Amino acid sequence: MSGTLPERFAAWFAGRGWQPRSHQLAVWRAAGRGHHVLLIAPTGGGKTLAGFLPSLIDLAQSPRAGLHTLYISPLKALAADIARNLQAPVQEMALPLTIATRSGDTGAQARRQQRESPPNILLTTPESLALLVSLPDSAAFFASLAVVVIDEVHALAGTKRGDQLALCLSRLTRLAPAHRRIGLSATIAHRAPMQAYVSGDGHGGGVEIVESEDGGAAPEIGMILPGGRLPWAGHMGLFSAPEVLARIHQQAMTIVFVNTRAQSELMFQELWRLNEDTLPIAIHHGSLEPAQRRAVEAAMAEGRLRAVVATSSLDLGIDWGGVDQVIQVGAPKGVSRLLQRVGRANHRMDEASIAMLVPANRFEVLECEAAILGAAALELDGDPPGPGGLDVLAQHLLGCACAAPFHPDAMYDEVRAAAPYADLARRDFDDVLGFVEDGGYALAAYDKYRKLFRDSEDRVQVRSERIARQFRMNIGTIVEAPTLKVRYSGRGGSLGEIEEGFIASLVPGDTFLFSGRLLRFVRLRETTVEVADGGSGDPRVPTWAGSRMPMTSNLANRVRAMLQSPETWHLFPEPVREWLALQKRRSRLPGRDDLLVETFPRGGRWYLVAYCFEGRQAHQTLGLLLTRRMERFGMAPLGFVATDYVLAVWSANKPHDMAELFHQDMLGDDVEAWMAESSMLRRTFRNVAVVAGLIERQLPGASKNRRQVTVNSDLIYDVLRRHQPDHILLRATRADAAGGLTDLGRVAGMLDRVRGRITHMALSRVSPLAVPVLLEVGRESVRHDGHDDLLLEEAALVAEAMDEPMMAG
Amino acid sequence: MTPAPLHLGGERLLLDPSGALFWPREQTLIVADLHFEKASSAARSGSLLPPWDTRATLDRLALLLRRYAPRTVVALGDSFHDRHAHARLQPQDAARLRAMTEATTFVWVLGNHDPEPPVGIGGNATTEWRSGGLVFRHQAIAANAGANPGVVEVCGHHHPKAQVATRGGGVTRPCFVADGRRLMLPAIGAYTGGLDVRHPEIASLFPRGGRVFLLGRDRLFSFPLAEYRAAGPRPPPPAPPLTTL
Repeated sequence: MSGTLPERFAAWFAGRGWQPRSHQLAVWRAAGRGHHVLLIAPTGGGKTLAGFLPSLIDLAQSPRAGLHTLYISPLKALAADIARNLQAPVQEMALPLTIATRSGDTGAQARRQQRESPPNILLTTPESLALLVSLPDSAAFFASLAVVVIDEVHALAGTKRGDQLALCLSRLTRLAPAHRRIGLSATIAHRAPMQAYVSGDGHGGGVEIVESEDGGAAPEIGMILPGGRLPWAGHMGLFSAPEVLARIHQQAMTIVFVNTRAQSELMFQELWRLNEDTLPIAIHHGSLEPAQRRAVEAAMAEGRLRAVVATSSLDLGIDWGGVDQVIQVGAPKGVSRLLQRVGRANHRMDEASIAMLVPANRFEVLECEAAILGAAALELDGDPPGPGGLDVLAQHLLGCACAAPFHPDAMYDEVRAAAPYADLARRDFDDVLGFVEDGGYALAAYDKYRKLFRDSEDRVQVRSERIARQFRMNIGTIVEAPTLKVRYSGRGGSLGEIEEGFIASLVPGDTFLFSGRLLRFVRLRETTVEVADGGSGDPRVPTWAGSRMPMTSNLANRVRAMLQSPETWHLFPEPVREWLALQKRRSRLPGRDDLLVETFPRGGRWYLVAYCFEGRQAHQTLGLLLTRRMERFGMAPLGFVATDYVLAVWSANKPHDMAELFHQDMLGDDVEAWMAESSMLRRTFRNVAVVAGLIERQLPGASKNRRQVTVNSDLIYDVLRRHQPDHILLRATRADAAGGLTDLGRVAGMLDRVRGRITHMALSRVSPLAVPVLLEVGRESVRHDGHDDLLLEEAALVAEAMDEPMMAG
Repeated sequence: MTPAPLHLGGERLLLDPSGALFWPREQTLIVADLHFEKASSAARSGSLLPPWDTRATLDRLALLLRRYAPRTVVALGDSFHDRHAHARLQPQDAARLRAMTEATTFVWVLGNHDPEPPVGIGGNATTEWRSGGLVFRHQAIAANAGANPGVVEVCGHHHPKAQVATRGGGVTRPCFVADGRRLMLPAIGAYTGGLDVRHPEIASLFPRGGRVFLLGRDRLFSFPLAEYRAAGPRPPPPAPPLTTL
């Protein structure tokens, strides 16, 4: 096979004792035929080299100046690592080509140099590419572009960063029509959308799919149960730490994956508390100082660690090799996600990965078992990517205008060649453009302050260089909650960042866990949290907004099916079997197609538990809508709590008539009222407003004074809803909410599916299956939108404790 | 809407949940930091915010005028977002504001954003306004309390807000801040942000503590200034033990 490669390359492979893989050759040949390529291969399959091989060969055969290949990675660090790894073949074959990376960290001088004499191969991120295409010289810079390599395309498609990248790629097609794309993807559930994403027409045209033949051995996935009692509730899985540590002892190198950053801090502490042999165990998550993360990765690569406790921060990235096993603590949430994580232990393709799942509670035992079966059946999951965000489009249109004037008709066609926008209606496009031009308000107040104007040929131009500069400060689609740097007082090194909201709840002297350390809060200085080591008292653990992901519908369906099939119960440990059998006797088991709703009195309240299995976010949304409806029906709801499996609502009065309560009317009558108050929608609007460029990004380190003048997005939301409810940004907010953050679509689908199939069990007391969610009550924050009630409760408690009247007077 | 009474300097004042203050004895309504035309000011520098902020602020003001029917309205400065804001008012907003100043006596206390009296709007402008034992200023004078014992200062400027930890997470609201000698009003303008009361600029004005009054939908929520943070998340009232198996 290698005989088909140019001699220099064949010799290089042979010199290393390697054989080019068949998919590496297939990508090269497809590219040679002038096709776009979607390469689907598991981690560790030599995907990256496959992506670069056509470019290296082309440049070796006909060296030239100018940009030839653009490589885009979702991770800055990954681009840097790939650049380093590429140096090996380039130097060993003495290839006449230049390589450079570009990201937010690249210095001004290096950037200038890249623009003056572009490297042959440029490795960058979606954000840096967006900046490049907004520059006036972008046409010249990209004119010679021949290949775009998109790494981890499965992780980008369907996200706002992916939307932004798709729009930029469409721009590149305009600037360099002959270039071809190579998308590199992990094994995926939905192939057609990925093919469309890589294509130049937004519909999948001209894309050849290459699939790696050597899929590797099927992973061996087992389950670790705690030595003691099997817990009813909780998500941390700390009680299994002794078993996890024992497993770490057995292998040379283990990644312990957890689901949240808070969980990683707690698990790390717990492992070290037990770690009598002081095995080198490290921690890795996205809020830690980048330098520290790099140090941990380097230590892993050099084999100096025995284990790393990590979050999704290690899901993507280069192969470190030498990972012998993966342990997933807590619910796996989805089969694809599990396989991605398990693949981290895939250090040799022909050997099975070893992975262990550690359920944190009884429901998670079911979920883990379902995920193991799903992984064995290679039943991949995850939702297909939805339509592209209109806020991202707004940002992109301004960027394009900053580069050069454009005609709206041509731009509309260009945008629709990007897969996420293939079905974009002209009205939406025009409204987004109108928003960028002058705000798009019904009250025409801003003609003087337009950002864009139309010239005599009806081309859109940016009004001033100042607008362009402002735009470049605000590029990007990730909006983070305001964070504060954490550093030791006195001696400077930063440990990472935590959210402002968490610090607001601390007083000096309070202790918390962060970066694997027990820290004492000393003081807040402008935007820095000063800390010292040690301290006493119960440490708190910082939490980060939106860090918990919901279970996929596939996995939920598997769990539901297993509940209905007692013949599969032999897979479960004894306490779980007993629990399910008792549920069957006392109440009933949730069916495959119906909706089981239990009601029962307890402690002077009424409880309603709905077994929806639609994931936590959908249950949150359902909870907000359902309590509103119960309010109207006079049931006096008092609060609710949502888990991945069920929703529990408690009320003063007895809930009745479930068919009416769960009627689809809920979506008509209550959604509008809920939209007005929902804190989730307000957060969504804030993100949309920042991405669309309505309000400026709060850069880390911005002074308090600056924040004071920053306009509160809640206030804008209220005013806009009242005066122009169909404004494009409100439409964008609703679309985001329906598709993702609030899972409104999943709620609607469920209400439709279970119509006429609601099984109501009126019980005299709590059922076995309801116990876990009732234990969450009080442990979970009550995501009530009626904050006034919470304030009242708090004010009353303070007044009681302080023995003073609640009001002055 | 339930206002909260507050006794200061021998006067009985009402704190309104909208963020305004009413002084029944003098039939005077006090509002701080209206920031008219903040949106169009932001638009000049490139943020095209929805242009209805003045209208929304006027709606609030109109509601308060109906509820309290005051003889006098005192606006505690930064009523206009910048020197030229009055000229940028939409014609119908300008007409509405003029109608208010014709029907009621308006006192425009000047602030740092609007150091000059507004043109063609009506009302009287002043740098500070005194009545009874109260002095009304835009920005607190740190030494006021020491220099004029017995004189209570009513001020705006800082846009105070406070965060309270509840079991549903932190709740942040604009608030009044008061001790025995000073009352600071929250900003009432539609797009006005806030500064946390723990920030030294506000905290240093209340060295001996005081109380914050968070704005609620229908009422105010009061917490001691020094301790309000200590109220951490609490478990809900206990329920009977779970005995199912």
